[in-house]
Amino acid sequence: MRTKGRQALRQTFRFAAASAITLFFLFPIYWLFMISFKTADEIYTYPPVWWPKSLQFNNYVVLFKDGDAITVWNSLVIASASTVLAMLLGTICAYSLARYKTGGDNLSNWIISQRMVPPIAVVFPIFLLYVYLGWVDTYIGIILLYTAFNLPYVIWMMRGYIQDIPRSLEESALIDGCTRWQVIWKVVFPMCRAGLFATAIFTFVFAWNEFLFALVLTRTEVTTYTVQVTHYFGGQSNFWTKIAAMSVLGTLPVFIAVVLMQRYLVRGISLGAVKG
Amino acid sequence: MQAANCPNIFDNFESNLNLSSRHHNGFVDRNFKQLLVAPSIFLLLLVGVFPLLYLIMVSFQGITMTENNTDFVGLQNYAYLVKDKRMWLALGHTMIFLVIALPIELLLGLAMAQLFLEKLPGRQVFIALLVLPVVISPIVAGATWSLMFDNRFGPINQIIGWLMGKEVVLLWTFNPHLVYPAILVAEIWQWTPFMFLLLLAALANVDKSQLEAAAIDGAGYWRTFRKIVLPSIWPVMAIALLIRALDLFRLFDVVWALTQGGPGTMTETISMFTYVQGFRQFETSYTAAVALLIIVLLSVALIWALRRVELSR
Repeated sequence: MRTKGRQALRQTFRFAAASAITLFFLFPIYWLFMISFKTADEIYTYPPVWWPKSLQFNNYVVLFKDGDAITVWNSLVIASASTVLAMLLGTICAYSLARYKTGGDNLSNWIISQRMVPPIAVVFPIFLLYVYLGWVDTYIGIILLYTAFNLPYVIWMMRGYIQDIPRSLEESALIDGCTRWQVIWKVVFPMCRAGLFATAIFTFVFAWNEFLFALVLTRTEVTTYTVQVTHYFGGQSNFWTKIAAMSVLGTLPVFIAVVLMQRYLVRGISLGAVKG
Repeated sequence: MQAANCPNIFDNFESNLNLSSRHHNGFVDRNFKQLLVAPSIFLLLLVGVFPLLYLIMVSFQGITMTENNTDFVGLQNYAYLVKDKRMWLALGHTMIFLVIALPIELLLGLAMAQLFLEKLPGRQVFIALLVLPVVISPIVAGATWSLMFDNRFGPINQIIGWLMGKEVVLLWTFNPHLVYPAILVAEIWQWTPFMFLLLLAALANVDKSQLEAAAIDGAGYWRTFRKIVLPSIWPVMAIALLIRALDLFRLFDVVWALTQGGPGTMTETISMFTYVQGFRQFETSYTAAVALLIIVLLSVALIWALRRVELSR
């Protein structure tokens, strides 16, 4: 009986600690979301209002009316296009690396090392190149850079997922007279559907959340939401409603994405080191 | 990895491919595996190797904001680089963030992973919620914390006021004594859950029978941790540390949102310094030299780290 009581106490303590920790990590997110639903009067009262009395959507309406919300659309176009491109190019490359060992370990290692270069060192010469090409502040410029920057991730992850599926099916498909392309489309892609999906979502989130490249390579035409958020900084603090509402617009899709691929999350963020 | 372990099956696969390609011996089929990697390699060369070569060239020229001097000036930019105190300070700030944030994230993440390892009511819900900070855009995380840290309307000063029993006005993003804690809190808040998730997965994979055997032998907690748990989770832990160290080395967004490198240049990181040189002051050639220095430093550190932990497959 006694140990049972101690056990229960321990469980209660653990639960309390878990709740406190979760509260700490969630509170700033709660605060951000709550501010986006407050009126300016409610934000600028002292002491701060911890629970808004009513939810009001005016801050969002303002973003759409002023046209600022277009930056979320820009983010969507850029992240989607670069994800599709990176997945297409990256997956066939990953297939070649996984099955034919093209270039051996050296090529694979070189590819993943490309992901480790600090973005600032890449974006500076790219910017000079884009000025020359007239690609600054264009969709094609930023989409191609995101594609290239996410490629190592896609290749690395998809190589892992493809290595996980048995070869025998591909072999028999080849013997049955499929062309090599057909093998990829009809056997490999369907077999690693889940991996493709998870990797695509991650690639999308990386592009969606990216700031530095967008800061350097966009001006007014293809500004992304991350850059737009910073446009409200520094001025009068009455931009708070906009900071919060724009941040929420940019964050909600990511939260939805995470729910969709909960199972693959750890493998995705650990560069495949943990197989969930 | 599998392929490396069983070369026979792999050879077999190749020969089967050759068998089947008897029917179609076109250019595409003969160069199939190269064609698959070609587009990716081309793009990677474009953003990986071209910039490197271009940086090397520009860094030996004399292009500044005022004059577009493409004459080669030798090592002039590098000589300036060595003497540039602001650059070394920015590098120092980056290292401060790195050496403080990384161990804290690791230890907190490990402690949390231990806490959530065993059965707990609502465990899955807790974990699902703890994921959220990781996937938020760092610039949004920075913006969120700048709202949190606001001296008058933010909740942080309010809470501290309650604890102290009197009103406090702490200027978190301006006060030289408070800017580092503020940035570190935001950084640690966002990435501790990353460590937590990876370490939780690693801890769950530790061999249970070994732990039981250790318990029967009467090994204490620390001894068990050092001898059994740590070696088992080390591969994942090393990757987690590597990923986070690389991210901290390029730290930009959170600082940008909270202090813009201020007060003065007190919190300026090396990424921000490079940005300011290149895109605010337009010191093109000098920026190229700085960017190259970053790449070289990182490569050296990376090679050292990979040698040490033998991560290279």
